[in-house]
Order: sequence, then structure tokens, then C-alpha cells
Amino acid sequence: MSFLGGSKLNAKPAAKDPVEFKAILYDSTRCVGCQSCEFSCAEAHGLPEPEDYLEVGKVRKTNENCRTVVNAYETSKGEVYVKRQCMHCNQPACASACLTQAMHKTEEGPVIWRGDKCMGCRYCMVSCPFDVPKFEYHSANPKINKCTMCFERLQEGKLPACVENCPAEALVFGTRRELIAEARRRIAENPDVYYDHIYGETEAGGTSFLYLSPVPFEELGFNTKVQNSSYPELTKGFLYSVPSIFVLWPMILLGIQDATKKLNHKKTDDHE
Amino acid sequence: MKFLLGELKPKGKMFTWFNVISIPIMLLGLVLIVIRFWKGIGSITNLTQEVPWGLWIGFDVVTGVAFAGGAYVITFMVYILNMKSYHSIVRVTVLNGFLAYVFYAGALLLDLGRPWNVINPIIGNGFGTSSVLFLVAWHFLLYMIAELIEFSPAIAEWLGAKRAVKILSGMTLAAVIFGITLSTLHQSGLGALYLMAKEKIHPLWYSEFIPILFFVSSIFAGLSMVIFEGSITNKVFSDQISEERHKDHNRILRGLSKICAGAMFAYFFLQILVFVHSKNWAYLSTKMGYWYLTEMLGFVLLPMLLFYYSYKRNHILLIKLAAVLTMLGIIINRLNVTVIGFRWDAAVHYIPSWMEIVVTMAVIFTEIWIFRWVVNRLPVLRESPLWTHQKH
Repeated sequence: MSFLGGSKLNAKPAAKDPVEFKAILYDSTRCVGCQSCEFSCAEAHGLPEPEDYLEVGKVRKTNENCRTVVNAYETSKGEVYVKRQCMHCNQPACASACLTQAMHKTEEGPVIWRGDKCMGCRYCMVSCPFDVPKFEYHSANPKINKCTMCFERLQEGKLPACVENCPAEALVFGTRRELIAEARRRIAENPDVYYDHIYGETEAGGTSFLYLSPVPFEELGFNTKVQNSSYPELTKGFLYSVPSIFVLWPMILLGIQDATKKLNHKKTDDHE
Repeated sequence: MKFLLGELKPKGKMFTWFNVISIPIMLLGLVLIVIRFWKGIGSITNLTQEVPWGLWIGFDVVTGVAFAGGAYVITFMVYILNMKSYHSIVRVTVLNGFLAYVFYAGALLLDLGRPWNVINPIIGNGFGTSSVLFLVAWHFLLYMIAELIEFSPAIAEWLGAKRAVKILSGMTLAAVIFGITLSTLHQSGLGALYLMAKEKIHPLWYSEFIPILFFVSSIFAGLSMVIFEGSITNKVFSDQISEERHKDHNRILRGLSKICAGAMFAYFFLQILVFVHSKNWAYLSTKMGYWYLTEMLGFVLLPMLLFYYSYKRNHILLIKLAAVLTMLGIIINRLNVTVIGFRWDAAVHYIPSWMEIVVTMAVIFTEIWIFRWVVNRLPVLRESPLWTHQKH
């Protein structure tokens, strides 16, 4: 396309430095299942302390009072722990579903919820392939609860609470690009330890929460049916057809109306 | 003022079967709604974190709006195709459509956790333009206005505002064209809402063609509702309907049954194409597969054949039966996508609570009450006042 003067058209805006998505890498081979992340998360967001402990065979879920959980799975390589929370998709289904932009993908990467905009329709919950947003069903002024990657803490220059308080260094915070490189390095250096896949690199079009595991991810209860392209892509075709229908339909209808009106006149003329 | 106060008074007997059944349910519904706003949505519904949309969305909104599709189909036939012989049912159909949107979109407010923010996508406290729900929300609002304009001449005639009748009637064609365009997009949009729930809906009901299937089925869903509702109103309000219109009604039903048969054929054919392309043969021999076949054969193919047969034989009772079967089929289809097939593989299924059902019934009964109130006063079924004919 260069003959159309492409160099100028493709020029990047000069003023602003590009912001890279921040991300968290979770290495389940390092996690010891201490639940420190759960406790520090609850404390950082003023939520009640977790009361139950992880157990093999028990699938604990996040809920309206709890943004992250660690579960234990019995696998072909022994007991493995998995932390769960929002995946912070690159192109989040929840944010594209939200009709008021209350669910919002920030420039830095975290997906946050803004109560002053939210009308509580729960379409984000219907759309999220990971079932992350949780709703306060027993409140007259209900909120959506989900991991925000501690967006406020990030803006103060702090680490997410779970990352800061992980004693086993199972959680690492950085830019998404760096962390994918780091994950690749770990797999390459210890091919016997790791299963050769970074969950979140391509899932749902890529996420800002990245997982390393010693075993295939289906053994850890992951949604492996999740598609590799982004979820908002699924509604794109429909939304793109809207403007054309909006312009063409009235024209076509007017045309038909005019044609049938003349036909009708002819008919009545014939009768008379 | 005196005229309005007089019109507010109830007309007709108070102790009818309908009133005896509907009043307690409406009162109970009102109590439940108070509890819902006081203690939260979870206090009267069985919704869960995994199934956040239940009966109120799947039935009240998604199914209700499909049934309200009659208004755009009939106005298309009468004002765009100039099929004047259907003119006598335009007003009652538009009134029904309008009330359906007001009440079923209104029922949406009950399902919103933070309904005071419902105005946000309109005033721009977040224009979520990438959201299908944003489109649906705007369309509901605009379509209600379009339908109100289409119906407004009846209101002006009732109030005796002669000039207003002339002005408002002049706006009808524009409102009709706008309304049909909006309907095309939001009838399909209601299906498009579920496109992102790809792995959550049973593969026999999920495909990228949900929007088109929803749009095509809204044509015969709406017309079946027109046939069903017309048959009832013609009995209940028979004193308002002239002899001529009574006779005319059977001819209209016959015409509608032909259109229904055609639209259902297109829909059935589309469903077959979608099924073949998605390669879901293996699912047919499962429980959900039998249920799918029941829907397709028993509630699409069978009523389609019935519509065609009764059109050929001019069998009015069979037309009404076909309409009822079709409506059941639409309810089944919309619930299969939104509730029954949603999270079909979950360990615990969502089943609506009795309170959700009571609130739904209360909404429907309230709508019928308003409908009856309007029909008893405005020139909807009965002829327009004489002065409207003396234009020239």
C-alpha cells in the first residue's frame, strides 16, 4: 500500500509513549498452597478472611466476597496447586459486553469494574468464558466482585497484594512480553519439570494472567475448551452489519412502499 | 379533565374469572417485587454466579419480544406492501406490541441489580458501543417511541383532537419504516447477546447464526401471537366489533397462516443447514438430542404443515391450533438457548423459583389489564369516530 503514501498514514502518534500490558506469571511448580495470596487479597480489598482451607478433590470457587482461591489437584505428577482469579484478557469479553463501560480494560492491562456506571445487568457474567465476575445477589445495592490486579496499588507504584505476599515466588509481576519470555525460558531450561504450554498466551486471544504447570492443563480443571481467538470477535460480524442495515433497510422499504402504492392505484383504477 | 376522570373508572363487571385469578397474583407479585428491592435479587430468585440470567430474561424479555414481533410484520404488510386487507388488525397489533415492549423491557428493570443506573448508556456515562446489549437497550427505547407514534392517532381520536390526528397520522409511515429497521436489528440482537457464551450453550442450540434464526422465527412468533390474541379479543370484546369485521377476521387468519407456513419453512430449512454445517450428529442420540428433535419436528415442522394444510382447507380451528403449537415452540426454543441449554453440563441446574414465576405472571396480567383498559376506551377494535372520515 506504500504507493498511497502509506508511510505517512502508518506513522505512529509521536506524543505518547506506548504502554505495555502488565501481567502476572503464576508457576504452579513453585506454589506450596499456603493461601497467603488469598489472605493478602482479602486484606487489601477489605473482604472477609477466607475460612476454609484447600483440600485435594474440593473445588473452591471465587465468590462475591473472595477474589482469588487456591485449589489442590491430584495429578499424574503428584499434588499440584492452582491459583484462580480474573485472567485479565487482552480483549475481555466482559468489557466488550458491558453497555456502560463499567467493566473496563485499562491501558496498563488490568480489567477493572466501575460502580458508578454499572447497572447490574450481569451480561459480563454471561459472557466471561472463565466465570470471573461475581454478583452480590443478597444486597439491595449489589456490586460486582472480581480481581482487579490491584489496580489502585499499581498506580501507587506497589505490587499486586498476592504477588507481594507470595513466600514461594510462585507469582511474578511484569510486562506481559517479559513474562512470556521468562515462562519460555523456564520451560526450555527444565523440559522435564514443565508441561510445554503457557496457559494464557493464546487462550481467549491472550490473557494477562499466565500459567505454568507440570501437567496438561485439563488435569487442573482448566477450561481447555476456551477458544484461541478473542471472545469479542464472536459478536463482531453482527455489530458490523448494523450500520449497513440501518442505512439500507429504510431505502429498500421506501422503494417497496412506493412500488406497491403505484400497483395498488392501478388495481383500484381497473376496478372503477 | 372530567372526561379523563370518567374514563379512569373501571368498565364492566368486577367479578369475572379473569379478575378473580389475576388480582391475587398481581398483589402477590407486588409484594415479591418489594422484597426483591429490599433484600436483593437472590432473595426471590434461584439465579447463581454461573447462571446469572434466568426466567426473567429468557422468558419475559427474549420470548416476550419475539411474540411482540407481530407489530413490525403487520405494519410491513399494511404500510410497505400496501396489503390493505389487513388494515383492521393494525391498531390492536401495534397496541399489543407497544405494551409488550413497555412491560417486558420494564420487567428488565426488576432484573437489574443497580436499576438507578439504567439511564447511563443513554446519557453517555459510558457508551458501550462494542456491546450488543447497548444496541438492544437503545433499540428498545427507540422502538417504543416508534410504536407510540404509530398508535398515537388512536389516542388523539379518543381525546377528540382533530388537528393532532392529522399530524400524527402523517408521521405513521416514517415511524413504520424506522420501526421495521429497529426490529430487524434487535430481534436478531437478542440472539446475538448469547454469541459470546460459546462454550456455555449446548452445541445443538449454539451457532453463529443465532441472530438470523432469532430474526426469522420472530416473524411467525409474532404472527402466531396475532392469531392467538385476535381469536381471544374477538370473543371477549365482540360487542365492539362490527359484523363486517367479524366475517373479515377468518379471511385474515387464513392469510396469516399462509405467511406463517412460508416463514416457518424458511426457518426450518435454515435450522437444517445450521445443523448439518455444525456436524453435531453425535449429540442427536443424547437426551438433549431427543429434546432438540422434539423442538424441530413437533414444534416447527408439525405446526408448519398444519398452517399449510389449514390454509388450503380453510380450517380456522386448525389455524388456531397451529398458532398455539408455534408459540409453544418459540417458548421452548428461546428457553433452550437462554435457560435449558445454558450450562446444560453443570452439576446443579438452574430451575426458576415459584416467586420468579409469580412475578412473571403478575407482569403478564398487569399488561392484559392495561390492554383491556385501553381497548374499552380507545378506538382500537371499534371503528374510528365518524369525524375522522370527513377529511376532504
